[in-house]
Amino acid sequence: MAEKKSLAKEFSKGIIIENPVLRLVLGTCPTLAVTTSVESALGMGAAAAIVLVCSNIVISALRKVIPQKVRIPAFIVVIAGFVSIVQMLVKAFLPQIDEQLGVYLPLIVVNCIILGRAEAFASKNPVLASAVDGLGMGVGFTAALLAMGTIRELLGAGTFFGAQIIPASISPMIIFILPPGGFFVFGMLIALSNKLAERKGKPKAELKGCEGCPMAATCSMKGDENKCEGGEKA
Amino acid sequence: MEIQKKKKFTVSASPHVRSGETTTGIMLDVIIALMPALIASVIIFGAKTLAVTAVTVVTCVLSEYISRKIMKRSNTIGDLSAVVTGMLLAFNLPVDIPLWMAAIGAVVSIVVVKQFFGGIGQNFVNPALVGRIVLMSSFPTAMSTWAQPYAWKGVAAVTSASPLAEIATMFNSGDVSTAALKANQALPSLGEMFIGQRQGCLGEVCAVALLLGGVYLFARKVISPLIPALYVGTVAVIMFIAGGGSFTFMMYEVLGGGLLLGAIFMATDYTTSPINTKGKIIYAIGCGLITCVIRLFGSLPEGVSFSIILMNILVPHIEKLTTPKPFGYVKEKKGAKKA
Repeated sequence: MAEKKSLAKEFSKGIIIENPVLRLVLGTCPTLAVTTSVESALGMGAAAAIVLVCSNIVISALRKVIPQKVRIPAFIVVIAGFVSIVQMLVKAFLPQIDEQLGVYLPLIVVNCIILGRAEAFASKNPVLASAVDGLGMGVGFTAALLAMGTIRELLGAGTFFGAQIIPASISPMIIFILPPGGFFVFGMLIALSNKLAERKGKPKAELKGCEGCPMAATCSMKGDENKCEGGEKA
Repeated sequence: MEIQKKKKFTVSASPHVRSGETTTGIMLDVIIALMPALIASVIIFGAKTLAVTAVTVVTCVLSEYISRKIMKRSNTIGDLSAVVTGMLLAFNLPVDIPLWMAAIGAVVSIVVVKQFFGGIGQNFVNPALVGRIVLMSSFPTAMSTWAQPYAWKGVAAVTSASPLAEIATMFNSGDVSTAALKANQALPSLGEMFIGQRQGCLGEVCAVALLLGGVYLFARKVISPLIPALYVGTVAVIMFIAGGGSFTFMMYEVLGGGLLLGAIFMATDYTTSPINTKGKIIYAIGCGLITCVIRLFGSLPEGVSFSIILMNILVPHIEKLTTPKPFGYVKEKKGAKKA
């Protein structure tokens, strides 16, 4: 019973409390780049979630085999393997999505969320818990991308999933599907989630050195921000 | 509290001599200075000018009131700054813009740029300009559809592109000599440019009216002529050189687009321009440089709004560089003997 409860907790934390995009502010590059439409946001979210779950499982299973010193390259190899598989599958069966995501699909390899979970969770926890953690984070990532994609596509193109929602006679605000609109919506969503967190007495999502870093627990450079190896890279 | 009540005199921080100047008074002066351009615009573009201006002003004031109410802040619509923002935004829009688009621009200006950053005096860029840029990126067609001057009176249309776009095309083709400019039938004459008989945003067309407003602001000491003069001067010098010494080309560049409106009314915004003279010089020359670079080499014909916004963002750094030395301060020399 206790086991089950904690698994549910591992799953749900990724969606709201530790939402990778809005609370941990990780993986911002795909968040800003591919959320111009709901379709590509969903594609990106799903692809990243699949890679996340698979790599979490494998890394967790291999956690006692991988030497501590070369763990990052080892993680990257595992992640890159799964990304290649996902990329081939998408290219074969969903060529349209592949076209929309472009370079951001192979770039999942360096997505901070995936490496972050491998480092902070999968390398220290059993397989089942890691899988659930990956699934929760993946769903949280997808949910955040969907929220961004919905707002941007609706306001920027007047459509949802390609279907016309706002009558074509009203010209949409193109700025929302341009990069400035992406930054604006992203900022507004973080502000909103901060506001909601504040109401629940949770700390705000902000950059505060090593404390706020998801890598803090394992980081060998802890306390020396200049040599930071975690945080936002992708 | 008890002790304070017993005291018979109050001790307050300086300044002890106050001038009667208030934010409301300054804003009122700016509104008065904008009036000639508004009247000119009504004559040139018709009563629709008033409708666009009314929509932006009302939306600005309303969104300031509502957003401050929601954020539980004090009500500041009395300082008239929202009215000024609304008027400036309207002056930066083409007269035929759908009114709901103008309203969106006003909401962006006040809520996003001004109130999200803390209200009057806290905005890091000019609110009206961001409103314009957001509209320009969002509705490029509506924002570059220019009405003909006197079209409301049924005067036949002659030109299609705005004068600035026209001279940009001529510059790219390599011939901007006075003769070529005069031969181009699509261009209004310099005299027409001066009195505003040309296409453009509703407040930017009439150079005379804008200068009149500027002179009023200089006379009332609301703004110093330094920034406008240097800004326009920089553009003039660069354009004179770029045009191969063509004085006519230079005048078209100075009178065309929103340069005068931007230099007099937008670049001089207290909040987003440097405080001391050295800073103002750097700021104004920077504005002029960026405007010229965008106009000559950019894909857009007009660069005034982007140049002012970019320099606005640099203002804190300019201020840091130009902090005046305190009186009597001597810089410690390297290797100097310590007493």
